[in-house]
Amino acid sequence: MVTREIQAKVAANKRFDGIFAVIGLVATFVGMITLAALIFDLLTDGGGRLTYTFFTAFPSRFAAQAGILSAWIGTCLIMFVTAVTAVPMGVAAGVYLEEYARKNWVTALIEINIANLAGVPSIVYGLMALGLFVYQLKLGQSILTAGLTLALLILPIVIVATREAIRAVPSTMREAAYALGATKWQTTRDHVLPYSMGGILTGVIIALSRAIGETAPLITIGALTFIAFLPDSPIKAEFPFISFEWLMSPFTVMPIQMFNWVSRPQQEFHLNAAATGLVLMVMTLLMNGVAIYFRYRFRKWIKW
Amino acid sequence: MGSNQADAGYLAAQAQVRTIPVGLTARKIRERLIEFAMFLCALSSVAITVGIVWVLLFESWQFFSHVSIINFLTDTEWTVLFENPRYGILPLVTGTVVTSTVALLVALPLGTVIAIYLSEYAANPVKEILKPILELLSAVPTVVFGYFALLFVTPALQSLLPELPGFNMLSAGIVIGIMIIPYVSSLSEDAMKAVPVTIREGSYAMGATRFQTAVRVLIPSAFSGIASAYVLGFSRAVGETMVVAIAAGQQPHLTLNPMEGAATITAYIVQVSMGDLPHGSIAYQSIFAAGLTLMCMTLLFNIGGYLLRKKFREIY
Repeated sequence: MVTREIQAKVAANKRFDGIFAVIGLVATFVGMITLAALIFDLLTDGGGRLTYTFFTAFPSRFAAQAGILSAWIGTCLIMFVTAVTAVPMGVAAGVYLEEYARKNWVTALIEINIANLAGVPSIVYGLMALGLFVYQLKLGQSILTAGLTLALLILPIVIVATREAIRAVPSTMREAAYALGATKWQTTRDHVLPYSMGGILTGVIIALSRAIGETAPLITIGALTFIAFLPDSPIKAEFPFISFEWLMSPFTVMPIQMFNWVSRPQQEFHLNAAATGLVLMVMTLLMNGVAIYFRYRFRKWIKW
Repeated sequence: MGSNQADAGYLAAQAQVRTIPVGLTARKIRERLIEFAMFLCALSSVAITVGIVWVLLFESWQFFSHVSIINFLTDTEWTVLFENPRYGILPLVTGTVVTSTVALLVALPLGTVIAIYLSEYAANPVKEILKPILELLSAVPTVVFGYFALLFVTPALQSLLPELPGFNMLSAGIVIGIMIIPYVSSLSEDAMKAVPVTIREGSYAMGATRFQTAVRVLIPSAFSGIASAYVLGFSRAVGETMVVAIAAGQQPHLTLNPMEGAATITAYIVQVSMGDLPHGSIAYQSIFAAGLTLMCMTLLFNIGGYLLRKKFREIY
């Protein structure tokens, strides 16, 4: 009698355990189905607009003639500024915190601060850049300001990724270098950094893919939505062949162009927005795919 | 004899050591300089925080010299861009609270279930595939999610609820919720995985199923980490901008009904920034006051999470 009750209870528990496995799988699939629906929606709406002229035309009052030339060039230039600033700074900061920092209150402050920056809404970075870069430092509503803003935004991601990658390098590697008389910097430069390059690269790619899709901070610093000209060319025919004029140029980027089009009531502009979204999705998914592949490969390759 | 030879060798070595210069050599100076440069890079992250706090406080200070704080916190209308402006932040706060609540109602249950599933149920190869795909959700640009909310989720919801307006907080909240699932699930999963195996085995030895172990043993033990995941999810939901700016409408509206459209704090900042506002005007300063309110909301929630974590902390 009692045994039977216990058996029934055990059976019921096991059954529920099985049911929960299904619930878990379903919950996981909610996310994936959303992702699939999102891509499908963009493809059916915007797929037809993805012609060659869409990439070579400026925005226009007529939806069918509008393109994303100024937007994708703006995105590329801003990403360049962002990468050039955030990657060296982030990696250096990560190396410092992992290899050099003593355990004192300054280090603790920096660590707590980096953890907290992850929770700061991106639009707040935009407000900071508006007050500081645009008006205090008088950099204007330019590509330089935009690039620096996004650099600050992804700096914590790069730092955290660098630290994780460096932490995975066994201390025996460092000790071997020290035993041969290498200094700390030589050890870091010739051993720790090369061995952790895979992890750092993964983090950098993921951080940049996040920066590409950022919209709110760039709107806040005053990106324009209608730009029918290109920034000054960085390469010149006459001496000194390189010009930094483009850094001060006003800008628009793909997410902002998309926001502008989706905010309009006309259906035809929504198709343009979908096409821009498709381009953005392909870029971010591609970058994330490369990052996942890197992570996978480096985990397999390296055997300490 | 042998010891004499050893002594001689020792003395010779000592003489050698003396010839190696002590003190600041070029090599040491270079080492110090590099260390200092890297220290400055690390310190720059603190400078970001200082910059954020300083700009928000400085501009808000100017805003509050025109508008009284009591008025700001109690007035029920936010019509900064109108002829007779009124500066009550409440409608924007309710908009933010409603969209984030909807988002959390979606993300917390789903995220927690997914975390339990991935850490306790899923076989390794399955996990290896599911996790990266799930994390792609947080990589999708938010403006694309906004498009999806406005032109896919809202029409879909409208076929269920015909009276739903085109701009509503419900669809924006649902989409934000799905967007922040990876933040909740992967941090929660990490926390559950960090619970020592012995505790898990103890539970299994008592005859508990995987589900019972997860709910009664793992979640209480990993509570601290799961709470951090929830707090991060909340911060993301509150600060989310593009989805609400596109799908929830940009009209400040004091309501707690998610079926209506209303502006959030972030949507207001975007709306003002899209126009060309003169630097130094009250409307310009108002976006900083709005931003400060946003920061205070996240800060309050973070402190709450911290106190909760401290109370329920498990140490092994």
